[in-house]
Amino acid sequence: MNSAKTAAAPPVPGQIEPLAVETPFQRFVSDFSESKLAVACFFAVVAIILLAIFAPLIAPTDPYNLALVTVADKTLAPGMVMQDGTTTLLGTDGSGRDLLSSIIYGLRISLTVGIGSAIVALAIGVVVGLVAAYAGGRIDNIIMRIVDMQLSFPAILIALVLLVTLGKGADKTLIALIVVQWAYYARTVRASAMVERRKEYVESAHCLSLSRTRILLKHLLPNVLAPIIVVGTVQTAHAISLEATLSFLGLGMEQTEPSLGSLISNGFEYIHSGHYWISVYPGVALLLTIVSINIVGDRLRDVLNPRLSK
Amino acid sequence: MTAAGTSYAGPTLEVEDLQTHFFTKAGAVKAVNGVSFTVAPGEVIGLVGESGSGKTVTGLSIMGLVDEPGRIVGGAIRFKGENLVGASEDRWQKLRGDRIAMIFQDPMMTLNPVLRIDTQMVEAIHAHRQVDKATARAEARDALGLVGIPAPEERLKTYPHQLSGGMRQRVAIAIALLNKPDLIVADEPTTALDVTIQAQIIYEAQQLCRRFGTALIWITHDLAVVAGLADHIAVMYAGRVVEAGTIDDVIDRPRHPYTVGLLGSVPSANKRGQRLNQIPGMAPNLLRLPPGCAFKDRCPRGDDLCLTEPTLQSQPNGRAFRCHHPHEPEGAA
Amino acid sequence: MLFMSFLVFSGVYVIGDPVDILISDEADAEDRQRAIEGLGLDKPFHIQYLTFLGRALQGDLGDSFIFEEPALGLILERMPATLELALSALLIAIVIGIPLGMWAGMRPESKSARVIMTGSILGFSLPTFWVGIMMMMLFAVQLRWLPSTGRGDTVDLLGIDVSFLTLDGLSHLAMPAINLALFNLALVLRLTRAGVKEVVHQDFIKFARAKGVGRRRIVLVHILKNIMIPVVTVLGLEFGGLVAFSIVTETVFAWPGMGKLLIESIGLLDRPVIVAYLTIILLFFVIINLVVDVLYSILDPRVRLQEVKS
Repeated sequence: MNSAKTAAAPPVPGQIEPLAVETPFQRFVSDFSESKLAVACFFAVVAIILLAIFAPLIAPTDPYNLALVTVADKTLAPGMVMQDGTTTLLGTDGSGRDLLSSIIYGLRISLTVGIGSAIVALAIGVVVGLVAAYAGGRIDNIIMRIVDMQLSFPAILIALVLLVTLGKGADKTLIALIVVQWAYYARTVRASAMVERRKEYVESAHCLSLSRTRILLKHLLPNVLAPIIVVGTVQTAHAISLEATLSFLGLGMEQTEPSLGSLISNGFEYIHSGHYWISVYPGVALLLTIVSINIVGDRLRDVLNPRLSK
Repeated sequence: MTAAGTSYAGPTLEVEDLQTHFFTKAGAVKAVNGVSFTVAPGEVIGLVGESGSGKTVTGLSIMGLVDEPGRIVGGAIRFKGENLVGASEDRWQKLRGDRIAMIFQDPMMTLNPVLRIDTQMVEAIHAHRQVDKATARAEARDALGLVGIPAPEERLKTYPHQLSGGMRQRVAIAIALLNKPDLIVADEPTTALDVTIQAQIIYEAQQLCRRFGTALIWITHDLAVVAGLADHIAVMYAGRVVEAGTIDDVIDRPRHPYTVGLLGSVPSANKRGQRLNQIPGMAPNLLRLPPGCAFKDRCPRGDDLCLTEPTLQSQPNGRAFRCHHPHEPEGAA
Repeated sequence: MLFMSFLVFSGVYVIGDPVDILISDEADAEDRQRAIEGLGLDKPFHIQYLTFLGRALQGDLGDSFIFEEPALGLILERMPATLELALSALLIAIVIGIPLGMWAGMRPESKSARVIMTGSILGFSLPTFWVGIMMMMLFAVQLRWLPSTGRGDTVDLLGIDVSFLTLDGLSHLAMPAINLALFNLALVLRLTRAGVKEVVHQDFIKFARAKGVGRRRIVLVHILKNIMIPVVTVLGLEFGGLVAFSIVTETVFAWPGMGKLLIESIGLLDRPVIVAYLTIILLFFVIINLVVDVLYSILDPRVRLQEVKS
């Protein structure tokens, strides 16, 4: 909220109506805050990100340190006491790792892959989309043909083919997720840039013979920012979900660097023996993450979409 | 119902002090704020006003089609003696399309794009009468012929987008006529059309109403349209009728300054070379109506007396106006 | 199509050497060579591809390395199970999604509509596999209402085994079908709601009311027919997505369809089966796109007319 205050323009002397000095950002914040659920989810997302960043400081144990893990602790129910005397809050998994710690570390991996791939895909998509919209003609045609072809297939199928080809691992999963996502951004950016470039302000920028790069970056980009933010939020949630799904299918992350999906997959073996917590709690963490991001994204769409605003 | 209808000898419609408000977050918008007028069988009344004056909402109120957050909060709508304010949705549905029909402004938007013309016409008949499909279809075809659509049989099989705007409005009029209603509410039915087609449609509407004795409420912002069509006229401003009377009285001898302003802004042959008058300013915000006469701020005659609400001064022959400083009866337009 | 087949084939070609898996570690170099020649793996890449293409045109997609049966046959054998699952899911999505979406669209400000919309975000966000696991845990393991895996009793219908005609089969089908349907249910719901919200304010709806047409007919004919165009288009295209996502659901519920076969084949590097699966899926998407185009023109009179003119 502090940034909103600093961003506000200083009140013009003699100005009577206080409403007039509301900056777009302040209006955005107040519109967004109309939904309490969305605000709660926004803070949840922030908390989850902080949790992932400071995982080593927060997690009770280090699940990667094999010296600390004993098989004697395996499949302990939540609240039971482990060999080293500490109580395990959420239970332990099949090889005796504390589940809470695994989840916090898993969150870290899931978020890194999800957000990382979204950012790279966004960068690629924005560049390709702007180029397509600006160049037009054949280049635009070819680019959009490729984008449309890719989008006509479900993301999971493309990611699957890529991972079958590339093999498992964090880096390969990241690549697969980037390849899957870039087309969404490219299409969104191109569509909104096409609308914008026909407007007078771009025409007048042309008339001032500003350089192409300048027109693209200073004039077009800021105006297509809103849809990019919305698509970016939703896509990040998709990426996290997709990574979890791929890991569950045994195609994503290696078992040595378990994401939330791998953790759930491990727990799947135990559900018939009643050790529900091994797959339930990582799932809950995954769920909270994805749902929070999506609700924030949904709200952003409502607030940023000028067609819907009253 | 029809039997009861024919035995009734009074006016087709009496609207009395109608109040329709819209309850928005920002407050109540008094779109219609005390409107009264009467329509006799076979009579045409012109409801005139600029956009936002409440004329469309008046029309929708008569049809029982005011949607949330709007509500009729006061007054009476007496259709053949029966007060429809507070009537059940069932009752409205029985009357709508059967005894009271409506024609909308934009013919491009009033027909459902994915349904054929015959479907849309036959359903209007079936909503009120149990007739077999062939009969209904024949009636639909005759109605199209009646409004001057060539080759009606073929037109029945088309979709709306295959017809021009003028054709579509004729179809809408044909639909309104299907059940031979006692009253038709026409909300700017010619505004979206070319001038030549506009003239044809007005002529045909007049003929049809004379023939069937249908009462017609013609809502428009265009005084010129009403002048050649209506028997009576009611001028609306900010949700109220500010002046009413026979067409000759109002056009030749306007009393209210707003009517004078409206007449002055109509181009005509005998004012050639003269500058057209404008009414300064804008229609008031219906959310925060100023006290007193709503036209005060734009009125050349406005003074402190106008801070109190003028009452409607009724005179014989349906003549009425709402002003503290009316123009003289013989004042020139 | 040709381009995609090349892409898929070369993709799978570089995955890895199936010989490593097929042949035991003790086998000597000579055994190895014989196996490679037997499978046709000694030839250079382009020869292998051309051979594949030539045979594919005759309907032969090669033999499975593992089952030593034609790969195409293996897939086609599993296809009815997958299609049954996907169609059931589609049906569930339509039957529940459209009415709920219409309800929410007609009363956008009501509490029930808000609950439905927030619920639909859940439907979007929840990873299919985790919901599947949770359903299995609740209904199969805890409550023991429904069987957790397999297809149950099947009945021969026109030469195809189907589950939905026996009570046992239906109880096996219920969970996977609902699981697979969730995402599309949310999608249909949101599309329907958006469509209804737009259509109810159109003049032609008011005009229909002015004609005295009953509420039922307005909703079922005037509104529904207008929103069916986008809903059918998207649903048609999403059917391909359902088939692709059945990979996940089939893996969770051990539903013996082609998705499960694919995951098994990936694990075993059974190259011809993977290629055959992807080829069939590709064909599937082409067919779906054609069918959707046809449906679209049937539903929208405006499109129909254009085609007559041209």
